[in-house]
Amino acid sequence: MIALTDISDMKKGYEELTGDRVTVGLATCGISAGADKTLEKLKATELGIFLDTVGCAGMCHAEPIVTVKQGKIFSIYGHVTEDKADLLIQAIRQKKVCSELLLGHSLEEIDYYKKQKRVLMTNCGKVNPQSLNQYIANGGYNGLVKALKMKPEQAIDEVKVAGLRGRGGAGFPTATKWGLIASKQGRKILVCNGDEGDPGAFMNRVVMESDPFKLIEGMTIASYAIGSKEGIIYTRAEYPLAVKTLEQAMETARKHKLLGKDIMGVKGFDFDIKMKMGAGAFVCGEETALIGSIMGNRGNPRFRPPYPAEKGIDGNPTNINNVSTLSFVPVIFSMGGSEYAKIGTEKTKGTAVLCLAGKIKRAGVIEVPMGIKLREIIFDIGGGVGEGTKFKAVQAGGPAGGCISEKELDTPLEFETITALGAIMGSGGLVVLNDEACMVDVAKYFMSFTKGESCGKCTPCREGTTRLYEILERITKGLGTREELEKAKVLAQFIRENSLCGLGQGAPNPFISTVNKFPEEYAAHIERKECPSHACKNLVKYFILKNCVGCGACARQCPVNAISGKLKELHMIDQEKCIRCGACFDACAFDAIERK
Amino acid sequence: MADINKVLERFSERGDVIPALQAIQKEFGFLSEENMEALSKKIKTPLSHISGVATFYSMFKLSQIGKNHISICRGTACHVHNSEQMLKFIEKKLNIKAGEVTKDGKFSLECVNCIGACAKAPAMMIGDKVYGNLDEKKIEKILGSLQ
Repeated sequence: MIALTDISDMKKGYEELTGDRVTVGLATCGISAGADKTLEKLKATELGIFLDTVGCAGMCHAEPIVTVKQGKIFSIYGHVTEDKADLLIQAIRQKKVCSELLLGHSLEEIDYYKKQKRVLMTNCGKVNPQSLNQYIANGGYNGLVKALKMKPEQAIDEVKVAGLRGRGGAGFPTATKWGLIASKQGRKILVCNGDEGDPGAFMNRVVMESDPFKLIEGMTIASYAIGSKEGIIYTRAEYPLAVKTLEQAMETARKHKLLGKDIMGVKGFDFDIKMKMGAGAFVCGEETALIGSIMGNRGNPRFRPPYPAEKGIDGNPTNINNVSTLSFVPVIFSMGGSEYAKIGTEKTKGTAVLCLAGKIKRAGVIEVPMGIKLREIIFDIGGGVGEGTKFKAVQAGGPAGGCISEKELDTPLEFETITALGAIMGSGGLVVLNDEACMVDVAKYFMSFTKGESCGKCTPCREGTTRLYEILERITKGLGTREELEKAKVLAQFIRENSLCGLGQGAPNPFISTVNKFPEEYAAHIERKECPSHACKNLVKYFILKNCVGCGACARQCPVNAISGKLKELHMIDQEKCIRCGACFDACAFDAIERK
Repeated sequence: MADINKVLERFSERGDVIPALQAIQKEFGFLSEENMEALSKKIKTPLSHISGVATFYSMFKLSQIGKNHISICRGTACHVHNSEQMLKFIEKKLNIKAGEVTKDGKFSLECVNCIGACAKAPAMMIGDKVYGNLDEKKIEKILGSLQ
């Protein structure tokens, strides 16, 4: 085996990481917040410091993020948009800290990170995603070196000791999955499932954009353990930056004997990876549909068994793991399986990479130890729902997941405990809802999602999700009845039990969990024809109160001329004409319009 | 105009359908019947199969899209951040509905399920670029810059 020092210029990587350096976070969230313009501005200025680009440290809410290391002082700055870059440039020139933009002098100092435990995301936001030198200098490829000193079956044992469970949703033990395919002979294919379609989940994108070598290293170790020579990364066409970053990193890895023939000089250890892009079908995240899509077919799932480990791509044994799962592999080998297993709980070991989004103050990607309470995640890390509103629920696991209510927030994060709450850990998307969200509307939203994404192959899913959506739509319009709701519950159970794949089986979950946990909201819509959160437009009525000054602002905004009244006199809304768009409510500067 | 034979050069088998369709769409903006027929001949696969694949995946377009193709995200985080209102605003602004192209061919609009920019909700993509934390003012500015 050749040494890592022969493969890369580790010294250069180390010097870049520890010396004076300015970094700009250039992942998708950063760019959308204007980080590319900030970078241009910094580039155009003679700073006299090494200017580098990095991925995303997870603080999407504070993008664009710039870090500065000058002498002994390291500073992390947030919200550094183009217009604020001058402030920072001035501070760098004067070798001072720019206190207006400062978030902290280390991640640990920032509230967002205080309860996080980062073992997978250590490179994210720190290492240039295209620099193999920096990746190796920061501990990269140590895992592969250790794995190659073991026999393949020992490598599988190491993953077993770590207790790694699949992060794509089901939590199946990774070592068991690997063991199934390792015993097979002939052509075997390793697939990385990066078809992250769950709305609310984007951690795979962040990892692929920020630390591509980790995924490549993880796949290389996995291929060694299971005896596969072919790897495929299947990801979404919606992630162009992730695709580009990974392709460049794979090219670099090939040049440095980290992909291709005789990897790291080990005779006969050949492995390479191809990229395949999806074309916008949520169902392709399901493994049999994904295999179909890779083979150039419609993404229709099929019955299992045979499982992919028996019969996958072109009929060959295929092993499919999620991006997060494979990215944990180098971490486990580098720190040792037993060390990794010390993090987390008895049943669910290690850390979880999760996404926080929705009505939350600090949205982004986080890495937390398993067993942490959901309350800590939402309030201590995420900073709560923000001023003026109240927490209502957190939607976990996307369209196959469910809602977790306020009183369940002290539940520790584990695969089993989350499932017991009627939600799923899924791929790890947490969408926080405040009291402005109507739970019937949320259920309707998800049914609209799954009815649109159903592949149409099996009737329970294709027809069932459509009928369930129609009932929910009637309820949100104030037309629903008790009988219909009872029918919907029966239908939901039927879809769950009779659908072919996970998409259909999980589709009723958002409805079931909201109807169980928020029955009073359903009752309000059905019996009183009211939407307590004022989210269902058809059920909201607007009235003008006596304190109306008659300014006419509402009447001017009304698109259907439903508001009448003389200037400086009390105005009136014609309820027959009103389309309940809420334009008047937003236009009134005197709080003279009431919403009921 | 690109030459379809050149675009299809590197594709040879049935398994190439999706990357081949992606390549055609990248070059021509959409999948015309003639181009799908050319692919069918090139990879010796029935046109019915190619058409089946093309209509299954939401990213494949069977008619010309606008010069600037707007994909407004309707994911969960965007939904709770009022993406419906953003959609309506764009529809009003461009005078088209989702799924349509403006008369001058400058813009087309569609709803997509999640672009994975949830922390920046409500969000949209135009081409490969993601725009986040949208409001009506911001959208107006973005659309204006693309005229």
